[in-house]
Amino acid sequence: MTHDVEPARVVLDSDDISRALTRLAHEVIERTHGADNLTIMGIPTRGASLAVRLADKIAAIQGSPVPCGALDVTMYRDDLRMRPARALLPTTIPPEGIEGRLVVLVDDVLFSGRTIRAALDALSEHGRPQAVQLAVLVDRGHRELPIRADYVGKNLPTSNLEIVQVRLREHDGVDEVSIERAV
Amino acid sequence: MKHLLSASDLSRDDAVLVLDTAKQLAAATAQGVGKLPPLRGRTVVNLFYEDSTRTRISFEAAAKRLSADVINFSAKGSSVSKGESLKDTALTLEAMGADAVVIRHPSSGAPHRLATAGWISGGVVNAGDGTHEHPTQALLDAYTLRAHLRNGEGDLQGAKVAIVGDVLHSRVARSNAQLLQTLGASVRLVAPPTLMPFGVDTWGCEVSYDLDDSLNDVDAVMMLRVQRERMNAAYFPTAHEYSSRYGLNATRMNKMPSHAIVMHPGPMNRGMEISADVADSSRSVIVEQVANGVSVRMAVLYLILGGTEMS
Repeated sequence: MTHDVEPARVVLDSDDISRALTRLAHEVIERTHGADNLTIMGIPTRGASLAVRLADKIAAIQGSPVPCGALDVTMYRDDLRMRPARALLPTTIPPEGIEGRLVVLVDDVLFSGRTIRAALDALSEHGRPQAVQLAVLVDRGHRELPIRADYVGKNLPTSNLEIVQVRLREHDGVDEVSIERAV
Repeated sequence: MKHLLSASDLSRDDAVLVLDTAKQLAAATAQGVGKLPPLRGRTVVNLFYEDSTRTRISFEAAAKRLSADVINFSAKGSSVSKGESLKDTALTLEAMGADAVVIRHPSSGAPHRLATAGWISGGVVNAGDGTHEHPTQALLDAYTLRAHLRNGEGDLQGAKVAIVGDVLHSRVARSNAQLLQTLGASVRLVAPPTLMPFGVDTWGCEVSYDLDDSLNDVDAVMMLRVQRERMNAAYFPTAHEYSSRYGLNATRMNKMPSHAIVMHPGPMNRGMEISADVADSSRSVIVEQVANGVSVRMAVLYLILGGTEMS
């Protein structure tokens, strides 16, 4: 499917993203009373990169490393049968595991909430965390499931016709969040 | 991917996708996730017209780890022994709602017939047909080679593999010769002239009749089973003579570069094409091949059944 697209409007640039992640790091430390027992799990592709950055920021503030991993949710999606089989992405579980840990899931954009539902299923295959929280860079609304984020980089009211693009250095050579409108 | 009938169905990118998918599935297994959900509610039929231990068990384990329902059908003890045709068996399976059929058959081309005759609507996976092809074996061999030679990433560009023995009767050799070349490896076939197939010059492989001259520059040696059950004529004078000229023993193994590995699709004739000390040596990856077989077959089933059919 091709869209005619209006010029993209950049809503977060590199500095904005960095500041948002720094604030999220402080919020996580505050709400978890010092980030002991914390494990950060990012959802590939871009959520996993954000998770690494967030873990690094928390570690820099606290002065001790934070376990960080990646959690592929592909096989747990509820729309698996609606598209051709998708490539699987890496799952890495930190050596501490997730059993009894306070897990913060990280994704780039929170939209329908279906990815996060799949992530909760995927996570439970690896153990029983003490609690699971959710951090996202952008919450664009339009939830289809009773899921909300505990930490939000930026609330971005959008229409269903708009496309939120998150680009990160690790994958796209640039840090920015933009909105495009499909016509 | 709708069917997997031949290694030649796969482009380089398709093959790498299967290997990458298998790698993630193997990682999930290693992380202790015993069962994955993507084929829940799907039915896989193992339709085996020929004896098999590892391939059937491997497909069964693969389907079950992906949460598919598995029906095992072997020709022995079924209506086939009463004379039922492949077509009628296929129509029965279709009526029972098989989403994919994994077929092994003594006749070359049976999987192709099953996939294209319009008898069934599901996917077909060739688990070995006559002396024709065994594509999942080639994929698991490629996976094993990639793990050892390329650190588990990308293709096999520049790798050199010798396939040794009963090439004439070997569907493993046919599928491997195609797939390994698709992935960028070069293949040398080594066999006595009587066991080299007619038209082998069209395979794109180097051909040699001398094993001793074929070992010093390879990254892997793949030994083939001497298939006595398919031999209705004398292809070599005695087992001893075959073994002394084409068997892999410790002396020959020591001619291989130090990083090179020894492979065998199984079942082995110890003392015939491979000596026991080579089969059990640290350079033999034969047991690893079996373990990789489950991951690779999971990947194939996932890619065929895990999404909607591609039009």
